[in-house]
Amino acid sequence: MGTLGRAQLPAEASLPSRVSNALVTKPAPRHSALVRVTHWITTLCFFALLVTGIEIVISHPRFYWGETGNVLTSPLFQLPIPSSRRLVPTRYGYVLPDQNGWSRALHFEAAWIVVLTGLLYVISGLLTRHFRKDLVPSRADLSWRTLLTSFVKPLRWQRPSAAEAFSYNGVQRLTYLFVLFVLFPLVIWSGLAMSLGFISAFPWSVALLGGRQSARTIHFFVSLALVLFLFVHVGMVCLAGFWSRTDAMITGRIGTGKEHP
Amino acid sequence: MSNLSRRRLIVSGLAATAGASGLAMAARLAQKYGLIPPDHGGIYGLGETLTYASHRLLTRHSLAREFPRSSISPRPFPNDLAPLTDEFKGHQAAGFVNWRLSVDGMVAQPASFSIADLKSYPSHSHVTELTCEEGWSYIAEWIGVPLSHVLNLVGVLPQARYIVYVSMEPDTWDSIDMADALHPQTFLCYGMNGNELPVPHGGPLRMRLPRQIGYKNLKFITRLTVTDSMKGFGKGCGSAACEAGYAWYTGI
Repeated sequence: MGTLGRAQLPAEASLPSRVSNALVTKPAPRHSALVRVTHWITTLCFFALLVTGIEIVISHPRFYWGETGNVLTSPLFQLPIPSSRRLVPTRYGYVLPDQNGWSRALHFEAAWIVVLTGLLYVISGLLTRHFRKDLVPSRADLSWRTLLTSFVKPLRWQRPSAAEAFSYNGVQRLTYLFVLFVLFPLVIWSGLAMSLGFISAFPWSVALLGGRQSARTIHFFVSLALVLFLFVHVGMVCLAGFWSRTDAMITGRIGTGKEHP
Repeated sequence: MSNLSRRRLIVSGLAATAGASGLAMAARLAQKYGLIPPDHGGIYGLGETLTYASHRLLTRHSLAREFPRSSISPRPFPNDLAPLTDEFKGHQAAGFVNWRLSVDGMVAQPASFSIADLKSYPSHSHVTELTCEEGWSYIAEWIGVPLSHVLNLVGVLPQARYIVYVSMEPDTWDSIDMADALHPQTFLCYGMNGNELPVPHGGPLRMRLPRQIGYKNLKFITRLTVTDSMKGFGKGCGSAACEAGYAWYTGI
């Protein structure tokens, strides 16, 4: 990791004080190399998990609460989509092709890769104080007025100011922390709580969630929340300037103001 | 070439060599301790291997959750069944008195058992969940003889690593490692909820592995083969399901 923190960035007078001192002496990238690499690995895995997760749900688009559930019991709810299994009652007169074999294999493989990537990210984030510096909001970030402004501005489709390109506001910080330390752990936990091998060794993991079918339903809703986050995240990137923000996450550099074409 | 970049080249070369030999050593150790599944090849082999290896390290002796009888599902759902063959229907008409389970391969004493033979051994039961890879599940009481009992009767040779089990359904076979084969909850199952095992649930004889997904719990078992390698069985990846794109290890 010898190149960490060596990327080019012009020192600018308008930088917020939080980062400016460091930048004058040693220009730091907007995102460290490790953050950039783990971000894109996570992106790839997220799409793999999403597509395969949808395929797996199609084979049984019914959800239950408690330990067990099948087509002979009443569901908590059923998605209004066709199924890839003949015996699942749907309102459609056709059965979709079975895609579960490769979907399950890719789902678990992507889960392994993203969990290992996430571990690397969390460990390095603690060691480099990435969370403390970049994600934990300051007291000033947390004032209601500041939070409200940060929340309302994008709703009115107002672009962030140039200074905001170098740091996250309070709403962003809280959102990222929530996704990182609430949604990701929950989706991993509820996923593991469906694994028969895992729960034979750690039965409390599924008991705490209220049973295997409850774990499956929770897994579904947390995944929905992550998809919602993805939409808002990409929407905000577009609002702030898609290419400059994407460039910052690929090369580490921040665009020079030629942002809005 | 400057000193710095030469040093960097040497260091990264050393690191790469160390990493590669570390990986090779890890692979050899994993092979030695039985942490590599037969379907470790292909683009999903990494995921399959990580799952199987971690489960073997964490769950070799762990027991599937057992439930009180009160949580037995009133209507267990028998999944879609392929049309029964004429051979099977013949056995069914005769009440399965001529059904045989043959055991061969790396055993001291190849043998063949009738359902009555299997029922004459001490019967065991557990109330466990059957879970389908599709997502649904039910709980039932499963009655049978532990597979380990039958394996002890025929005398498994020490080099054995897998038990291949074959169904009367055409092209339906699977295999498990010795950890699962000798696991106390792994049954040759002939009864369910206090009765005979119904045909839709795999009667007269089903492999019951409560720590693995439903499709690994094959119905209509007629043959066991003990082997030290899955090479030579179909495409060598361990199961008919694997050849159809489904994982060999299904503890997940």
